[in-house]
Amino acid sequence: MNKNKILLLFAHPSPHRSEVNLPLFNYAKSLDYVTAVDLYAEYPTYNIDIDKEQSRLNQHDVIIFQFPFYWYSSPSILKEWQDLVLEYGYAYGSKGTALHGKKFICAISAGGKEQAYHADGFNHFTVRELLQPFEQTANLTGMHYLPPFALFSSRSASLTNKLGSHLEQWQQLLELLNTGNLNITSVNNLITINQHLSTTINSSSVEE
Amino acid sequence: MTVYFIQAFIYLIAAVIAVPLAKRLGLGSVLGYLIAGVVIGPITGIVGHETLTIQHFAEFGVVMMLFLVGLELQPQMLWNMRNRLIGLGGLQVVVTSLLIGAVALLFNQPLTVAFAIGLTFSLSSTAIVLQTFNEKGLTKTEGGQNAFSVLLMQDIAVIPMLAFIPMLALPELVTAAESAQAAAEHHEQLSLVAGLPTWAYALAIIASIATVVVGGHYLSRPLFRYVANSGLREIFVATALLIVIGIAALMSLVGLSPALGTFLAGVVLANSEFRHELESNIEPFKGLLLGLFFITVGAGINFTILTDNFGLIIALTLGVMLIKALVLWGLAIIFKIKNSDRWLFALSLAQAGEFGFVLLSFTVQNHVIPVGVANTLQLVVALSMFLTPALFIIFDKVILPRYQDANNDQPFDEIDDTGKVIIAGVGRFGQIVNRLLVANGVSTVVMDLNATQIDNLRKVNIKTYFGDATRPELLHTAGIEEAAILVVAIDDRENAKAIVHYVKQTYPHVKVLARAFDKGHNYELKHAGADFIVNETYHSALKLGAKTLTSLGFHPFLVEQKKNMFFQTEEQASESLYKQWKFGSEGKQYDHDYRKLFIQMEEAIKVAMQTDRMDNHNSEERGWTPPPKGYEANFDD
Repeated sequence: MNKNKILLLFAHPSPHRSEVNLPLFNYAKSLDYVTAVDLYAEYPTYNIDIDKEQSRLNQHDVIIFQFPFYWYSSPSILKEWQDLVLEYGYAYGSKGTALHGKKFICAISAGGKEQAYHADGFNHFTVRELLQPFEQTANLTGMHYLPPFALFSSRSASLTNKLGSHLEQWQQLLELLNTGNLNITSVNNLITINQHLSTTINSSSVEE
Repeated sequence: MTVYFIQAFIYLIAAVIAVPLAKRLGLGSVLGYLIAGVVIGPITGIVGHETLTIQHFAEFGVVMMLFLVGLELQPQMLWNMRNRLIGLGGLQVVVTSLLIGAVALLFNQPLTVAFAIGLTFSLSSTAIVLQTFNEKGLTKTEGGQNAFSVLLMQDIAVIPMLAFIPMLALPELVTAAESAQAAAEHHEQLSLVAGLPTWAYALAIIASIATVVVGGHYLSRPLFRYVANSGLREIFVATALLIVIGIAALMSLVGLSPALGTFLAGVVLANSEFRHELESNIEPFKGLLLGLFFITVGAGINFTILTDNFGLIIALTLGVMLIKALVLWGLAIIFKIKNSDRWLFALSLAQAGEFGFVLLSFTVQNHVIPVGVANTLQLVVALSMFLTPALFIIFDKVILPRYQDANNDQPFDEIDDTGKVIIAGVGRFGQIVNRLLVANGVSTVVMDLNATQIDNLRKVNIKTYFGDATRPELLHTAGIEEAAILVVAIDDRENAKAIVHYVKQTYPHVKVLARAFDKGHNYELKHAGADFIVNETYHSALKLGAKTLTSLGFHPFLVEQKKNMFFQTEEQASESLYKQWKFGSEGKQYDHDYRKLFIQMEEAIKVAMQTDRMDNHNSEERGWTPPPKGYEANFDD
């Protein structure tokens, strides 16, 4: 059986300060079914090679945007990437069907607490709601949108052992995406895909 | 005259045969020299009594070695290492001296002799150990670093030892020697201070040390600059020798150790811009003289003593090495050196060293240790050095594999050593490169041939060294082996090519980044193996061109895109131009095809700039072109 190939587009403008995203990225880099691209390293002057990026997209089945959550959105290079690469006639429009059927997911790290991303919380919206531009971009380009993979309170994650369990979930997620064993209908309406992943862990620990 | 030629020939041929052989067998060059000496001395008996005279001459190699040790010791670096130097190194010297001295007491040696023996055996072999670390790539390991600080401390400790040992003189040996001397020859030693009262003697000593320090600091620079500006290489070598020999002479005249004086001068000159040039000039002399010294030690080994006391000497050797290793092991525990590094630290320094030979001959001259005892101990020192390669082999084959499995499970170490960058040529180009690197905390070694330029840079606190980067030995002293990157920015086109070629051939792991004058030079550098080349005027010209466009009223962001497109198209075309050039460079360089390609490239750039793509998007602004008018009708559903 042909397994799914994953394209991971990583956008972090200061990876030398990264405590969460870099370990996730480095892990993904070590997997042979993941093509891990550090966008800021590849395009330090934002001079994005449209042809190269489009051919990369063509060669993969799952697209992941990985980034720290900046102002309820992505760091700027990912927006630039969308503006340049998702061209009319390629990603949308009557002939723009290149991305149809691919899966799309955002992997984010947010500084705020999980409770803050709630209707009655400090940020008033869930991360799923705040990421709606990405969700609709996926819809318009014919990709299947999955709820975000999110880490909250990211600044203190390396102090607690939260980073470890997050990394574990990341490994699970990448494997599920690769094998295609992810039950899409059961995750479709979740706020974050982590909820699905944590239940996997809990249920298996119950069985023991 | 003929006799000297024959002697020199014998020594040289012994070294030429034995040293490369010993290195190939993994024994190191010091052992090679010793073996060469053993072969021409005790085994075949080709050389005889003159070895002793030659040995005194060869001891000058030790003086030069200390000068070089001093050159390596920048006061700042010493200060940064102070904890490991004094703690680890100091404790090693003191504890080992005391323990071995105590053992000597058990052998019924007088207290002073026991103490001198302890000091002698507390030292390890800098030459063997550092050489082996280099060969096996262990220099950067924690064990290697700690061993280095201990060796450094030992090298420094030699100086007070040389001053201290004469005070341990045995009265009966001194009187015996004096009467022998009085009977045999009556030649007065050349001395400035003979017969002076104590206070005047003290004054003379202080004055001469002050001369070395102050003169080294203030007079050396104008002198070197004067000589450097003459452009005569051999005169620079002569100047370097003049300084070392002059200081040695001055120190002998006032009755101080020449080694101490040159060491001081070395430290004073450690911050000088001429340091690397000095080092590369003195190094071959030092190497040869030290080699000669080891040969004479080998030649002087008394085989009858070895065969007569075979068991005792073997037992002493193993005992000394065991004690030294145990002391090191204990210190490693105290200073938290762990796992394989602890083994490396303890095993690598367990031998006695070349300074042991120096101290032994020095103690004999000063009537501290009787000749018979010294001869036996010399064999112990030599044997322990012979055994060192075996210890390294044990470390490699037995100990390291045991720790490797365990190490693999640990997380990777943080890489804090970003590697050194050597910049050849700091004119208008190299200077900017260096400023950017230094501003980002990258340690650089900068070399230039223009003494005035160096002077100017030094005035604004840029660390610069005088030196010809085309000379392999200078690149070597600048540390090309450990460097990560070499930046070639020298003004001479041909020499730039030569450096790139030499470094890529000899040190393939070093990345070479080079500045080219024009396209032709660019290809030549590429052909020579440079990893990255930039034409010196290209980017500034592009920038000025872009500025011209914006000044004409083009939108700055659009101009930026056009500039990038220009650059990219040229880069791509440049690849095929290079191939064409390489093909043509066998014969004529700018042949017909090359010119045709160049014209094609210009066409390609024009096309990239102006032609619309089939999707009616200007190529360089593809991404921001809006979709066609009325496209939204398709989204009605």
